[in-house]
Amino acid sequence: MNEMIPPKAERSAALKGLGTSRKRVEDARFTQGKGNFIDDLKLPGMLFGDFVRSPYPHAYVKSINTDAALAVPGVVAVLTAADLEPLGLHWMPTLAGDKQMVLADGKVLFQGQEVAFVVASDRYVAADAVELVEVDYEELPALVDPFKAEIKGAPILREDIADNLEGAHGARRHPNHIFTWESGEKEQTEAAIGEAEIVAEEMIYYHRTHPCPLETCGAVASMDKVNGKLTLHGTFQAPHAVRTVASLISGIAEHNIRVISPDIGGGFGNKVGVYPGYVCSIVASIVTGKPVKWIEDRIENLTSTAFARDYWMQGKISATKEGKITGLWCHTTADHGAFDACADPTKFPAGFMNICTGSYDIPTAYLCVDGIYTNKAPGGVAYRCSFRVTEAAYFIERMIEMLAIKLKMDAAELRRINFIKKEQFPYQSALGWEYDSGDYHTAWEKALEAVNYTELRKEQTQRLEDFKAGATRSLMGIGLCHFTEIVGAGPVKNCDILGLGMFDSCEIRIHPTGSAIARLGTISQGQGHATTFAQILASEIGIPADDITLEEGDTDTAPYGLGTYGSRSTPVAGAATAMAGRKIRAKAQMIAAYLLEVHDDDVEWDVDRFAVKGAPERFKTMKEIAFASYSQEIPGVEPGLEAVSYYDPPNMTYPFGAYICVMDINVDTGIADIRTFYALDDCGTRINPMIIEGQVHGGLTEAFAISMGQELAYDDMGNVKTGSLMDFFIPTSWETPNYITDFTTTPSPHHPIGAKGVGESPNVGGVPAFSNAVHDAFRSFGLTQSHMPHDHWRIWKIANDLGLHDK
Amino acid sequence: MEKMHLKMTVNGEEMETLAEPRELLIHVLRERLNITGPHIGCETSHCGACTIDMDGKSVKSCTVFAAQAGGADITTIEGLGNPDNLHVLQEMFKEHHGLQCGFCTPGMITRAYRLLQEIPDPTEEEVRFGMSGNLCRCTGYQNIVKAIMAAATEMNATKEAAQ
Amino acid sequence: MIPAAFNYHRPDTIEGAVKLINEFGDEARVVAGGHSLIPMMKLRMTGLSHLVDLQGIGGLKGISVDGDTITIGAMTTQHELIVHKQLSSRAPIIAEAALQIADPQVRYVGTIGGNVANGDPGNDMPGLMQCLDAIYSLQGPSGQRSVPARTFYEAAYFTEREEDEILTSISFQATGGGYAYEKQKRKIGDYATAAAGVLIEKDGDKCSAASIALTNLADTPIYCEAAVAALVGTALDPGDVGAAVKAAVDASDPSEDNRGPIEFKKHIAGVVIRCAIERAIERA
Repeated sequence: MNEMIPPKAERSAALKGLGTSRKRVEDARFTQGKGNFIDDLKLPGMLFGDFVRSPYPHAYVKSINTDAALAVPGVVAVLTAADLEPLGLHWMPTLAGDKQMVLADGKVLFQGQEVAFVVASDRYVAADAVELVEVDYEELPALVDPFKAEIKGAPILREDIADNLEGAHGARRHPNHIFTWESGEKEQTEAAIGEAEIVAEEMIYYHRTHPCPLETCGAVASMDKVNGKLTLHGTFQAPHAVRTVASLISGIAEHNIRVISPDIGGGFGNKVGVYPGYVCSIVASIVTGKPVKWIEDRIENLTSTAFARDYWMQGKISATKEGKITGLWCHTTADHGAFDACADPTKFPAGFMNICTGSYDIPTAYLCVDGIYTNKAPGGVAYRCSFRVTEAAYFIERMIEMLAIKLKMDAAELRRINFIKKEQFPYQSALGWEYDSGDYHTAWEKALEAVNYTELRKEQTQRLEDFKAGATRSLMGIGLCHFTEIVGAGPVKNCDILGLGMFDSCEIRIHPTGSAIARLGTISQGQGHATTFAQILASEIGIPADDITLEEGDTDTAPYGLGTYGSRSTPVAGAATAMAGRKIRAKAQMIAAYLLEVHDDDVEWDVDRFAVKGAPERFKTMKEIAFASYSQEIPGVEPGLEAVSYYDPPNMTYPFGAYICVMDINVDTGIADIRTFYALDDCGTRINPMIIEGQVHGGLTEAFAISMGQELAYDDMGNVKTGSLMDFFIPTSWETPNYITDFTTTPSPHHPIGAKGVGESPNVGGVPAFSNAVHDAFRSFGLTQSHMPHDHWRIWKIANDLGLHDK
Repeated sequence: MEKMHLKMTVNGEEMETLAEPRELLIHVLRERLNITGPHIGCETSHCGACTIDMDGKSVKSCTVFAAQAGGADITTIEGLGNPDNLHVLQEMFKEHHGLQCGFCTPGMITRAYRLLQEIPDPTEEEVRFGMSGNLCRCTGYQNIVKAIMAAATEMNATKEAAQ
Repeated sequence: MIPAAFNYHRPDTIEGAVKLINEFGDEARVVAGGHSLIPMMKLRMTGLSHLVDLQGIGGLKGISVDGDTITIGAMTTQHELIVHKQLSSRAPIIAEAALQIADPQVRYVGTIGGNVANGDPGNDMPGLMQCLDAIYSLQGPSGQRSVPARTFYEAAYFTEREEDEILTSISFQATGGGYAYEKQKRKIGDYATAAAGVLIEKDGDKCSAASIALTNLADTPIYCEAAVAALVGTALDPGDVGAAVKAAVDASDPSEDNRGPIEFKKHIAGVVIRCAIERAIERA
């Protein structure tokens, strides 16, 4: 009998659980063109909506004439703010406690703002009618530079709240000022810096950009007037929150709203917010009684939904002569655009910017962020980022480099001196976070060794000599970065969005024959949840991952959750999955014990079964237990085998990584060739190494784009300069480098399986690594700070400003 | 505007439809013929999500009018393989994790199909250059390149075995 | 991005096409590959109500080599230029330049005629054709005429071509000696920050003939006569090359855009021109 039980390892492998590079279950449909994206959805009688948008960044809307548009055959309706006002829907709440116009209410505040919504039989007719809507504008001066927002005579943007001295995040000092947010000890920090031996000070700008997923945003709203039910399909990274918001603003009872996120073609934060297109589709469907589809085009996507970054970070960092950091000070001017629509937890108007002490043991720190209105599109989303962590990581990793310059010290050594030590975890940061776990020194040494850092520095020195001798026009840059992230928002006690606690959930049903379905409150946009969450469950409940269906995105069937962004799915929903699995296992234990006629405590878990302690040949597999739960009367135990878990994490998780980028820069062309990019990530327990590697490749490529060329640029008049993929830099396979990936594993002590999340790490850590490499190439010529993106002309300008073109 | 009678061969089948001349081929395929594999990503011919194979060429169908495509022989991702007989590229994209959100994937595979017809045994550089008309926001291309190289190897081995 | 409605025509002869554009005047436009025109139509930046598709005209396609004279039909695609073996041996600069245009999909569809005719300063073929001293054949209601590429371009999107004429073919002499088409761009699919085409012939140690033309460094392509004069008859020493580069940069007149300001573009022009000249000398 005993030899008939396959060995543990074999049974464990068959589960394809934790640690397995399981192939993705999602791929069958995507590789065959059978994905189910929002624009693939067709409903009978469906109409198409399209926006009239403002060509002006700032203007009064004097009148709107829709007659000519309405006369186009096939046009069903043209909605304006006047039509939405009786429903109270001409404005909507933003995620940041502000409100935003759904359609222009008397004025427009950014180029591309929604002015009217044309509803027609198809997108061609709608586009024709959009051209015929006559809008009479009175142009106003535009406010583009946030540093000019509060000067005398500055145009007042938000006349609706000009007199409100109290905003959603405290006092406002000017009509164009949104909030001031402080963290840390101001006086103590300023004293530390004031008396320090060495101080580095610099303005660090992380420029405005955009997540630009390959699929734009879109929705199909369908109001069933017979049953009073609204079904809203759309590109939502947080479908449950969208349902609640839709209910609150429309007045439709929440049980009468079903929100469905289909396959999503990339999100990266773009699809967290609620946009006028969603609201207008809903209203149009209510008005017409027909399903209404709205799909953004690329220009609309880039110019009206979800910008990211745009933080001007003035920093001071102080240290002893030996390089021990004594204090960090930061004042950030945050350009939020025309409406404060940042997607941050309510209590964090600048997100988790206060993780800006990074990987370093800094005794005292102070952060102050001022949010400012400008005539630009709203957004401020967490673009592949956990709420401003990208900005924070860029800030500290640039400041460290600046300090190294002041100290005339190697930047790798400076980091080494200041890292939080392994034994200091859990570590209390000066700005109030409790880092769960880390082993920075081990990761750092592994990375430096992997790239042969000492040799690289020698080569760089030689190159510099050759350059000075006129033998080459190429300089070598070595970009270092050690980042610490804060992800997995988050504990309900301090994280909510619009009052909704940021827990997440998983519900599991085991079928009689031993296969299962699990549903989560999150939604994949390419992360492969259907693959990885089944792996977590397989290891927890001993049912092969291949026998577990995973569903997300339908609010009628999935348990409530706050969705997928900020690398929160694995830390929060992944934990809920493990916890729900443990509930299943606990019940299975009782059933097994009953079937084996022993006490509950006399059976033990063995990969995919419960066996009698000391008698492994006496067991019940999960398959047998599942069937028994549906077929037998078990005293004291309810029939069936299901569980649900709502998981409120006790803390955030703190993934970290060591990245090194080596590039060769031609000072005459400004072209930087990425020679090597080494990325070591520590995301705690690794669920699926193949998927982790894929996430790292993708995140690094977004970091490459952002740091080396991508920007959402406005001219001085407030016009968008990079509104299509002609000018908005997205690298192709030709420009994109290859990456070397590596890892260490430091599990999170508070997460049920020790996982920390990884999707955003490469973007958070990648940008400073690329940028630091550019700066490093010019360090010996005296460069301190040059703003991103480091495109050809800006790199050329560095060289030119340093006098390297004279020879 | 009056609609015109449009005939083309799509994935080996003769198809007929009425369409306005201005309708973009991607819309005709997706809306009129219900072939939703090719996607719309940028609309300015930069991203390649709408790539189809037309008369033996990789074409961005967002920048072709329906009228121009009259009489064309078109293959989309749906015509490259089927659930019982996947194209090697489809297999290799799965095997090497060459996709994440899947939105660019139909265009990628359709383009790679033509690339391997023209260069059956490409170098990595040739793959990267040959795929440079298709953008991906998720994968960083590394695994896409790997998948295409693997598919080439596999296809060449099959060809050799047949000879 | 949805284009406005139009009537579609697909004539099968050049005469038929000319007749159509005559009939509809400025409401008509011809379309070749369409990868310049269609995006403009989708952005509704061009109003037209008749689109005359040239794809059905057999006489507009193909590459022929007659002695030293090469003639390319206007509807020949960039891809066809790249894979044409005889063209690549008789005028290799064409394939070198064509490979730097847009991306593979666009090169399958984009035509040489469309690229040279619409007068977009970002297009690469106009500068290249000036470098090759190509002659464009135009057909209008009153027959055929020839215009040299070097005098064809008047301003951005304005050319010698009358509205009722169609550019039917391009001819030029096969090249000997060295060649190079050098282009700096931000990424695949981008227009040039600066690009230059260079041809150099040597007789012994002396430069016997040269040609230099620039792309996207003014609102038209630029044939650099002074730069050519600085090379011909010299031994192509570094000083001669430097003089030619300076002359060519002086002839450029770039404007600021997202690629960078004028000062930067002029500098890159110098780098690109020098690189092209040096590579052409190496190959001569």
